Amino acid sequence: MSLITIKGVTKTYNPKKIPVHALRGIDLTIEEGEFTAIVGPSGSGKTTLLNIIGGLDRQTDGEVFVDGVNISDLSDNRLIDFRKKKIGFVFQSYNLIPVFTAAENIGFIMLLQNKSKDAIASRVSDLLKSVGIEEQRDKRPSQMSGGQQQRVAVARALASKPKFVLADEPTANLDSKSTADLLDIMENLNKNEGMTFVFSTHDQRVIDRAHRIVTIEDGKVIRDESVE
Amino acid sequence: MLLKLAWRNIWRNKRRTLITVASILFAVLFSIFMNAFQKGAWVRMLDNIVNYYYGYAQIHQKGYWEEKTINDALELNEELWQLPSNIEGLEQIIPRLETFALLSSGEHTSGMMIVGTNPKAEDQLTQLKSRLTEGVYFEKSDKALLIAGGVKSLLKVNLGDTLVILTQGYHGVNAAGKYPIKGIVHFASPDLNKRMIYLPLEETQDLLGASSMATSLALRLNERDDLESVMEQLKTQLDTEKYEIMDWQSMLPDLVEAQKTDAAGNYIFLLVLYLIISFGIFGTVLMLVKEREHEFGILLSIGMSRRLLAFSTWLEILLMALLGVVFGMLAALPLVYYFKVNPIDFSRYEDMAENYEKWGFDPIFPTIMDASLFYSQAILMLIITSLLALFAIWKIYKLKPVEAMRE
Repeated sequence: MSLITIKGVTKTYNPKKIPVHALRGIDLTIEEGEFTAIVGPSGSGKTTLLNIIGGLDRQTDGEVFVDGVNISDLSDNRLIDFRKKKIGFVFQSYNLIPVFTAAENIGFIMLLQNKSKDAIASRVSDLLKSVGIEEQRDKRPSQMSGGQQQRVAVARALASKPKFVLADEPTANLDSKSTADLLDIMENLNKNEGMTFVFSTHDQRVIDRAHRIVTIEDGKVIRDESVE
Repeated sequence: MLLKLAWRNIWRNKRRTLITVASILFAVLFSIFMNAFQKGAWVRMLDNIVNYYYGYAQIHQKGYWEEKTINDALELNEELWQLPSNIEGLEQIIPRLETFALLSSGEHTSGMMIVGTNPKAEDQLTQLKSRLTEGVYFEKSDKALLIAGGVKSLLKVNLGDTLVILTQGYHGVNAAGKYPIKGIVHFASPDLNKRMIYLPLEETQDLLGASSMATSLALRLNERDDLESVMEQLKTQLDTEKYEIMDWQSMLPDLVEAQKTDAAGNYIFLLVLYLIISFGIFGTVLMLVKEREHEFGILLSIGMSRRLLAFSTWLEILLMALLGVVFGMLAALPLVYYFKVNPIDFSRYEDMAENYEKWGFDPIFPTIMDASLFYSQAILMLIITSLLALFAIWKIYKLKPVEAMRE
């Protein structure tokens, strides 16, 4: 069974006024352990597709199965719970909680899952180590560089041991060095821990490292290629 | 963690938080002080009025209060004398035999109120002795009068002069007597000052042919707060078909109305104050929600439930209010205490003092230290804040994560 299955998904904004067709019938499957980049020009529908896969937005038509569950059928509250357990998110502008330290940002989602203090502390330490920012653990986002913040965001996305991570333009605000470091981290997590990553990007540096590239234009998949 | 999140969030915009906390602080401080001052003044006035003559409660023969006729006098039996021993909180009963009479001296005659009472007990209840301006205080066995200062000028009499009393006694018996004036007392109330005549109880009973009878029993309590319990005990121990047991509220309905009117004015003022403060807090809530819409979207995206997010935001707003409430109470405490110990005293302003005294009030206004004044304002403020926080909660429940993150 595929980790993510998308069947005939469409998304139309303002359907009753001036309709904007963001997605026009997407069919896609993503298997566990993939390192996939969804690419395409601005306005092609990358972010919309990611939002629908992540249950942040609902499609106008079609079906989305994540880990065997048709998420279109889930209520708002069940969907929030589903996201918490199954999906990790990495956003373009990091989106960390500004009043929390790096460690607290990572541990917060586990706290929402009622994990014990010891379990949280141990997992947070492991994650800080795996993304290479142990010394930043007590710093708040405003005290860290963009690259460091994005590493915290990746660690936060992994904190709840999700089935996969959705990353929306994760390198858009990073310099070359930070981009390379972040990609190394994610690639290692994919290779060593089998974590599935799905990016939306138009950053060539990310595209060059992806194992599968899905190209979208005008809301349609125009190319889907595996890269050896 | 949620508490930590809420606490740190309120200090993200220090200036706004401080302004909000300060406005709540002043609202709480001002309302506590206003209430403490108003209630303190009323308690003092009440003590003045009640202790002037009535006492906090009285017992009469059923129907006396309506007609106030000596024919409705009650018999002072053992059951009534034993009340202070049987009722917790009741210190003493002061029997009075009251009637209207004609008093004359030479060519001057006027209608007066005769109060037959126990001199010592009367002084303990109403501090009558302290009102003495001429002569000496009367004794239980005296056959002499204490008259109010106004009577002296009305009947053109002096200390030592004899007054003739002519009235109708118990069940129509003719009552007449001659008594020397032993002392003159002054009442600030002009009404009382021109009509009060005091005579020892036994002598009054002899004069009116009402041996062992009284028209009212004024009650002296251990503490003012014992009134409710004393009333309840009296109603269970005495035959309410035979006696009417009245507290000061039933005897002085005008005073209760005046107190209510004053309190209503105060409430309106406080309502306006709280409305203004509420708009201020609502402004903060509005800004807080608008500023954090993006963050709320993120928190919902990563899996925080709306219920938890709403609770955390409510906690944040409540913490802000709590800070204002606590500091407001701390600021009010010394202020209220100071004015309790050093009441506002208008006695140096003669016109004002005279005006108050005419109504039987001391021109002194202390505050009252009452825990309920403090916690009631705290609870009220927390309720207001919680209600205002509903807006933030409503916004959180309506929020769409994707749209919020685009903000």
